[in-house]
Amino acid sequence: MKEKELFNNNKKNESFGVRRPMSAGLYDASYEHDACGVGMVVNIHGNKSHELVESALKVLENMAHRGAEGADSKTGDGAGIMIQIPHEFILLQGIPVPEKGTYGTGLFFLPKAEQSQSEMLSILLEEVEKEGLALMHIRAVPTNKEDIGEEALLVEPDIKQVFITGFASDEKYPDRRLYLIRKKVENRIRLSSIEGKDDFYVCSLSTKNIIYKGMLSSNQVRTYFPDLTNSYLTSGLALVHSRFSTNTFPTWSLAQPFRLLAHNGEINTIRGNRAWMEARESVLSSPALGDIKEIRPIVQPNMSDSASLDNVLEFLIASGLSLPHAMAMLVPESFNDKNPITEDLRAFYEYHSILMEPWDGPAALLFSDGRFAGGMLDRNGLRPQRFLITKNDTMVVASEVGVMDFDPTEIRQKGRLQPGKIMLIDTEEGKIYYDGELKKELSEELPYRQWLAVGRIELNELKSGRKVSHKVDNFDQMLHIFAYSREDIGRLILPMAQTGQEPICSMGNDTPLAVLSEKPQLLFNYFRQQFAQVTNPPIDPIREELVMSLFEYIGAVGMNILCPSEDHCKMVRLDYPILTNTQLDLLCNIRYKGFRTVKLPILFEIDKKEIGLRDALAELCQKAEQSVADGVNYIILSDRNVDAEHAAIPSLLAVSAVHHHLISVGKRVQTALIIESGEIREVMHAALLLGFGASAINPYMAFAILDERVAKKEIQLDYGTAEKNYIKAICKGLLKIMSKMGISTIRSYRGAKIFEAIGLSQELTNSYFGGILSTIGGLRLENIANDAIKMHDAGFSMELEMLKNEGRYVFRKDGEDHAWKPEVISSLQIATRLGSYKKYKEFTKLVDEKPRPIFLRDFFEVKRNPISIEKVEPAENIMKRFCSAAMSFGAISQEAHEAMAIAMNEIGGRSNTGEGGEDSSRFYIKEGEPNTRSAIKQVASGRFGVTTEYLVNADEIQIKVAQGAKPGEGGQLPGFKVDKLIAKTRHSIPGISLISPPPHHDIYSIEDLAQLIFDLKNVNPKAKISVKLVAESGVGTIAAGVAKAKADLIVISGAEGGTGASPISSMRYAGVSPEIGLSETQQTLVINGLRGKVVLQSDGQLKTGRDIIMMSLLGAEEYAFGTIALIILGCVMMRKCHTNTCPMGVATQDKTLRERFIGKPEYLVTYFKFLAEEIREYLAEMGFEKMDDIIGRSDLIVRKEIKNGNEKLDLIDLTKITAFPSQAASAAIRHAVDQDHEIENVKDVDIIAHAKAAIEEQKEISLEYSISNTDRSVGAMLSGAIVGRYGHDGLPESTLSIKFKGSAGQSFGAFLTSGVGFKLEGEANDYMGKGLSGGRIAVLPPIRSHYEAEKNTIAGNTILYGATSGEVYISGRVGERFCVRNSGAIAVVEGVGDHCCEYMTGGRVVVLGPTGRNFAAGMSGGVAYVWNPEENFDYFCNMEMVELSLIEESRYRKELHELIRQHYLYTGSKLARTMLDDWGKYADQFIQVVPIEYKKVLQEEQVAKLQQKIADVQRDY
Amino acid sequence: MGNPKAFLTIHRQEAGYRPIHDRIADFGEVEQVLNTHERRLQASRCMDCGVPFCHWACPVGNKQPEWNELLESGHFEEAYKVLTSQCDFPEFTGRVCPALCEKSCILKLSSDEPVTCRENEAAIIETAFREGFVKADKPLERNGKKVAVIGAGPAGLVVAKRLNKKGYSVTILEKDEDAGGLLRYGIPNFKLNKKIIDRRIALLKEGGIEFQFNVNVDSKNLPAGFDAYCVCTGTPEARDLPIPGRDLKGVHFALEILAQQNRILAGATFTKDQLITAKGKKVLVIGGGDTGSDCIGTSVRQGAECVTQIEIMPQPPVDHNPATPWPNWPIVLKTTSSHEEGCTRRWCLTSNQFIGKDGKVTGVEVEEVEWMPALEGARPTLKKTGKKEIIEADLVLLAMGFLPQKHESYPENVFIAGDALMGASLVVRAMASAHDTVKQIDKYLSELK
Repeated sequence: MKEKELFNNNKKNESFGVRRPMSAGLYDASYEHDACGVGMVVNIHGNKSHELVESALKVLENMAHRGAEGADSKTGDGAGIMIQIPHEFILLQGIPVPEKGTYGTGLFFLPKAEQSQSEMLSILLEEVEKEGLALMHIRAVPTNKEDIGEEALLVEPDIKQVFITGFASDEKYPDRRLYLIRKKVENRIRLSSIEGKDDFYVCSLSTKNIIYKGMLSSNQVRTYFPDLTNSYLTSGLALVHSRFSTNTFPTWSLAQPFRLLAHNGEINTIRGNRAWMEARESVLSSPALGDIKEIRPIVQPNMSDSASLDNVLEFLIASGLSLPHAMAMLVPESFNDKNPITEDLRAFYEYHSILMEPWDGPAALLFSDGRFAGGMLDRNGLRPQRFLITKNDTMVVASEVGVMDFDPTEIRQKGRLQPGKIMLIDTEEGKIYYDGELKKELSEELPYRQWLAVGRIELNELKSGRKVSHKVDNFDQMLHIFAYSREDIGRLILPMAQTGQEPICSMGNDTPLAVLSEKPQLLFNYFRQQFAQVTNPPIDPIREELVMSLFEYIGAVGMNILCPSEDHCKMVRLDYPILTNTQLDLLCNIRYKGFRTVKLPILFEIDKKEIGLRDALAELCQKAEQSVADGVNYIILSDRNVDAEHAAIPSLLAVSAVHHHLISVGKRVQTALIIESGEIREVMHAALLLGFGASAINPYMAFAILDERVAKKEIQLDYGTAEKNYIKAICKGLLKIMSKMGISTIRSYRGAKIFEAIGLSQELTNSYFGGILSTIGGLRLENIANDAIKMHDAGFSMELEMLKNEGRYVFRKDGEDHAWKPEVISSLQIATRLGSYKKYKEFTKLVDEKPRPIFLRDFFEVKRNPISIEKVEPAENIMKRFCSAAMSFGAISQEAHEAMAIAMNEIGGRSNTGEGGEDSSRFYIKEGEPNTRSAIKQVASGRFGVTTEYLVNADEIQIKVAQGAKPGEGGQLPGFKVDKLIAKTRHSIPGISLISPPPHHDIYSIEDLAQLIFDLKNVNPKAKISVKLVAESGVGTIAAGVAKAKADLIVISGAEGGTGASPISSMRYAGVSPEIGLSETQQTLVINGLRGKVVLQSDGQLKTGRDIIMMSLLGAEEYAFGTIALIILGCVMMRKCHTNTCPMGVATQDKTLRERFIGKPEYLVTYFKFLAEEIREYLAEMGFEKMDDIIGRSDLIVRKEIKNGNEKLDLIDLTKITAFPSQAASAAIRHAVDQDHEIENVKDVDIIAHAKAAIEEQKEISLEYSISNTDRSVGAMLSGAIVGRYGHDGLPESTLSIKFKGSAGQSFGAFLTSGVGFKLEGEANDYMGKGLSGGRIAVLPPIRSHYEAEKNTIAGNTILYGATSGEVYISGRVGERFCVRNSGAIAVVEGVGDHCCEYMTGGRVVVLGPTGRNFAAGMSGGVAYVWNPEENFDYFCNMEMVELSLIEESRYRKELHELIRQHYLYTGSKLARTMLDDWGKYADQFIQVVPIEYKKVLQEEQVAKLQQKIADVQRDY
Repeated sequence: MGNPKAFLTIHRQEAGYRPIHDRIADFGEVEQVLNTHERRLQASRCMDCGVPFCHWACPVGNKQPEWNELLESGHFEEAYKVLTSQCDFPEFTGRVCPALCEKSCILKLSSDEPVTCRENEAAIIETAFREGFVKADKPLERNGKKVAVIGAGPAGLVVAKRLNKKGYSVTILEKDEDAGGLLRYGIPNFKLNKKIIDRRIALLKEGGIEFQFNVNVDSKNLPAGFDAYCVCTGTPEARDLPIPGRDLKGVHFALEILAQQNRILAGATFTKDQLITAKGKKVLVIGGGDTGSDCIGTSVRQGAECVTQIEIMPQPPVDHNPATPWPNWPIVLKTTSSHEEGCTRRWCLTSNQFIGKDGKVTGVEVEEVEWMPALEGARPTLKKTGKKEIIEADLVLLAMGFLPQKHESYPENVFIAGDALMGASLVVRAMASAHDTVKQIDKYLSELK
């Protein structure tokens, strides 16, 4: 028997850090993500006490649920604390340190080996002495290993505290010298050959603060470091952090806080930021630090994103910037027109945006240098940060409220940090600086506005008299040279020019990867976009436009950029990075203030082939370098001059090569790259060029095409409009691609390389693409040269053929291969209709033996060892593993949706509702009728129809994080498609558009996902919780995080997955093959010892038994079928789902078309039986009796030799995909144990016990509880129990009333059902009332509190997300995104943050106080009332979809009055009382917000009513 | 696409045939045409499918979705270009193709109203001719290599046209007096007006192709002076019916009467002895296929007293046949314009013997047969029932197909295309076969030093 134990105890003790594999198979350490809980306790006057440290540790412990544990359930992902240097404590240890503040100290992590240690310490000694300081003492820091996990212990370092003395007593910046010493020591050790050098790490080295941290869980910090519990250890401020990493190799050094900051979040742009920092080092010298050569690199290699940010922050501080100045420069708030900030501040940001791109991504940052302590949120504010200030001037900031107990009477103020805003405490002055004050000071420090006005050129405002042509010479020939096809023009460029949007298409991409295709490919086709899932949220670039920006600067950044100067403003500002021919001409001819440009041709000699290309690239790089040396402000790379002897270097190759070369020679930031290329036609091309370093692009062939078509009158527009639309479409597409990764600005997207390569050799990407990852190997420069020459030759053949349709988007016989070819479709349909296994085998033969591979699995074969088929487990067992993929009712017709459910129930598999909900009549099985209940209920970002009843009727609840065809994007069901039934199913109103946001607004991080899983598990403890991810490089690491977040099942969806509607570029260029994603997931989970805890499911164009076997060998235990199920039901791959014209009645809501539906559940049943039978044949052939025996056995895969004349195939290396991890010998490789969800002891268990009479007999009962932030999802399990018994209606009104006192944990009252009323005296955290389904929640400040309720934040972010009915009354303010995706609940609140009522489709919201920005974005239904005595609401409201008015109609006035009356009734709000008392006055100060669509629907209803009345009257005559 | 929902509101409209009384009085084309507006509406019904089964089903790979869209939007010239990129002679296929595309159109499946692809095709090419878009295809330069094409049927013409375009010097050697093969001598004028062929031949000549008529080429002894040969001689041998009485007068192969009629219309004259006419006769057509149908139309026009058509196979189902599901070619009852013009159609009849008087045929003894269904895949077997009867006839036309051509082993520079290669089939298949052969010849000759 194979040992199935998760981890073998007899492992040898390896030294610290070694066990974190940098890469193995598809696993790569650079994929790691983390997210966390952060907190801070400060005494505003800096009064030191041990109690404060103690409190901070408690805060840390109370956020334990935000951290995570590894496979051994003991090793924490990392936790730590930053405090002021405890001077007295140090003296008490007998260390004779000089006066406070005149010595530096900090903890050092060192390898255990003494030899190495002493070598390192002697380097330290040397450097200290070089600085003229003394290494006074080295203290062995006492630690207590008892409690910590095995994993942590295995890599535990030796911890020493170092003391450095010798500073002059009046030395102003001692920390700067310590910084220099530390950097030098780090560099020397990194470059040395000392054994265990990777283990060396300096936690901190400062004269003010000190950090204790390690690979610990929140609760272990205290016990591991006995120092911290010593009552003489005191501090006036403390900053704590607990980490949730996506894998189990977190190292000691990656624990936080770092030297200056603690970060909860993720820097999405990290690749670009790091590269630009490196590039920028040449211009970063400052008077304070002098030449920085010796301390380079500024960013320590191989650390986390947060660590890198910290590195740059400390560098900026060391250079003399203040903390808030540096933070505002690194993480600027959004400053486009939609943001209410002063012009001076705007100028401040603009000025700094020239110097540094934003470090973009969700971030809650707490920082301190020992004197100042502060916090800030990024521009999106996606991570919560709440604070409170007590009357004795203690301030607590944390990811949650309730992390520390205070008596209500002690509290002076409660608040939250807001998006983009900073808050700072000076513990010496005892003063709190709020954002306005800080920023005012910063922005007025220097005349930024004037500098910009004088130095900066706005390209938009430049004019020239020159006439620039849009035409190109030899147009037809050029079309061929740049490989244009009829599809490029007809399906991409023209629609873009006509509509200003990227075209939409449907169904998946079933063409081969570029490297598998026999046709020459544009280099662009070998890249895939990366996207955010789980660990960082995508952004909605349409509804949250205010945080997005495309503006760019081009020009040369001068030297010494840290010395503020007007000179740095000498830049050209572009509003967006697409240049028209006229603009490019302008740029080429600016002679202003010595602007200089150079145009370098990107051409190579055809005759010399590969050598020619290689030489040309080298020469190009050389010339570019020389140009920089010559002081050229920007370099234009151009392929305009191709001729018979010279072909164009692929533009991406040219840009990337030059970009990386200039970085390597330290000359990148001194210039900008502009690419003028005929290759560029679609959004992805633009994204790639910008992502690899270009600042602006000029797609001159696309413009020439527009010009030609306009001239031919094929576009009914003038050229200017067509061009404008085309550029607009590209810009919109760029925003979408950026936001998919959660990136807001093009400046931080540029050069960030948010891509992965598929089918390029690592050698090629190392040489020219900055080492971007390529998983399956592939093309070398030679092949690229060949393809380029082939395309070029097509333009120089004797006679030009007509442009061809290459068949990329539709099937063409002579075009690109498609997996769903006509004969494949028809043979499958015929086989399943006739029930003929023989025909079915014809189908599988067509699929399995296709002459040209389309999928990676086509390269696999299995090892054979036949046994009798009788021995193989029966088909029934196998069919249990089958699921239908998520396809929502709304996307597909009712007929198709139900047919699928019936079939899956029949075979014992599971069908999936998709994100559109399910009609409640289908939940309950009726005698004699087919069972149409879907076992899997999906929960997606739109939360359509996600009621408690829906959830309790699930066997599996699937959280759709992303969808294969368009990961990271939302969707929209236009109003005209929403008929009565769809509206009912989705709990909405017919005729109103339904928008799915790109992110789940309750999953901004991995710990949020853990919370959602916890919520759902509470509502329905019997259901498995699954999480659907899309394959991309790094998905394995995310899956590890998801497994640690306690998902029962993980779905890895292939990028080929189908869709009802997706932008063309997303369908083709986002995500990767399921084989790559699945095997990376399998390998990472096995290596982490997490595989046994989850079930893995995969999808991605699975068709035959062979497909299933291959996916099983790669690790999948279950399989989902989407496209194929539709095809069996009649789909013929029209790719018209998005137009609602499916002629087969499958993907349409049109009544006449639905009548044409010819599918029957039997066909599906037949198929699945055949499929299971075929799988059995394979198992027999392979010699296995059960599916279980082959799961994850990638060692059984052998590569099939395919010789079909395509030389590219031989370059593909699949060994990483089929790698069989060595850990498999001891760790589980398939599902072995169930997750422990830890829901046995939640508060609801007790509530349910006490409310038995109410639940069972509907007796009225009142209960009372105290509550704390660790009580999460209170009410969910209770509601599940009630709804399980009574259905959606729940209990009669006011049956169960429960009063809580204290700070409620996240998801308070989630999914609360009818008949249950919660009253919370205290405060609530994020996600309160999530998915509210009829219950009532009231939140009010504690009775004895003294602060003014309406001025304080009492509840967190994202309240009432996805609520469908019920009521919420909150006496106080709340955070961002109040009522996001509310579709029916009523809410009254006294102040809200940004994005209130986002995507709301129904219900009522009353805001009796200030609102944040972007109110009502994407709001299509319901009504909001906002009290607006300041009369400035229109500035805060997003007017795209709504109208504002005073409340004129009496019924609305009545409604509002009643809502406020109820508010008073439930919360006793003083404000409500005041208003009711003087209603006439206050009613006039309200603004009514009504969506335009909703207004129309209401009016139609009104008209219908009138017509009915008239009809009734007439009948009576 | 203009209106993606056009297929829901606009119904299939065939131009239809001229009224029977009108059309049987002459040999003019029976099919009418729609006006341009209506034609474009018909084209707008095309849904531009993601997987266009029409394109897949078409042997020459016509790109129906593309030219339908161009036709709809009125871009006739581009439509013409796209059309002719796949199909060399749309004016032929647009008239005589059974339109495999329409049978596998998704609208055939979805609503039994496929797009009128064939008629649209004809409309595009006729407009192109009218507007002068159609020009002779001349090569940019001659490569000095010579190819002989034997046979000027559809396959031979395609081979010649494509090779000529590539720069080869092509000579067509044709045994008949004019070009076109079965297009000219098989298909009745009421389906394909011969001016259409003449128009095309003139263009081919203008393009530089040399035609030699009345040349009988001995396949064992090919004429010297060419670098390659392409045999496109079709399947000249018709299937015979060797039953008693076969030598009676009045029993003819279908092509005898069809070819003669076409020649007469072209101005040839025949002696009374040579003349085969149905005038005043009772005509029996043996064979239920297209050729048989052509015999009916021709007989009717010649003034036959009555026409009967018999077929040995059972009557196929009307409208739908579950045995040949979409997108396959549906084997269903096909009623042609000729059938409408008056004839009796009977099925499951085998012919036992011709009955004659004075050496002339007077009737045929036929016997009813049954077909025994066989296991999946195998052919059903025939069983005679003994129910015999005599069908009176004084003209019997044998339309039972053609025998596959046997070829000797040719030297490597001889290629075969069309029916001669595949056996008798559709015009469009012959043309498709020519495409492949052209590639082979081109490859062979370009590798030849």
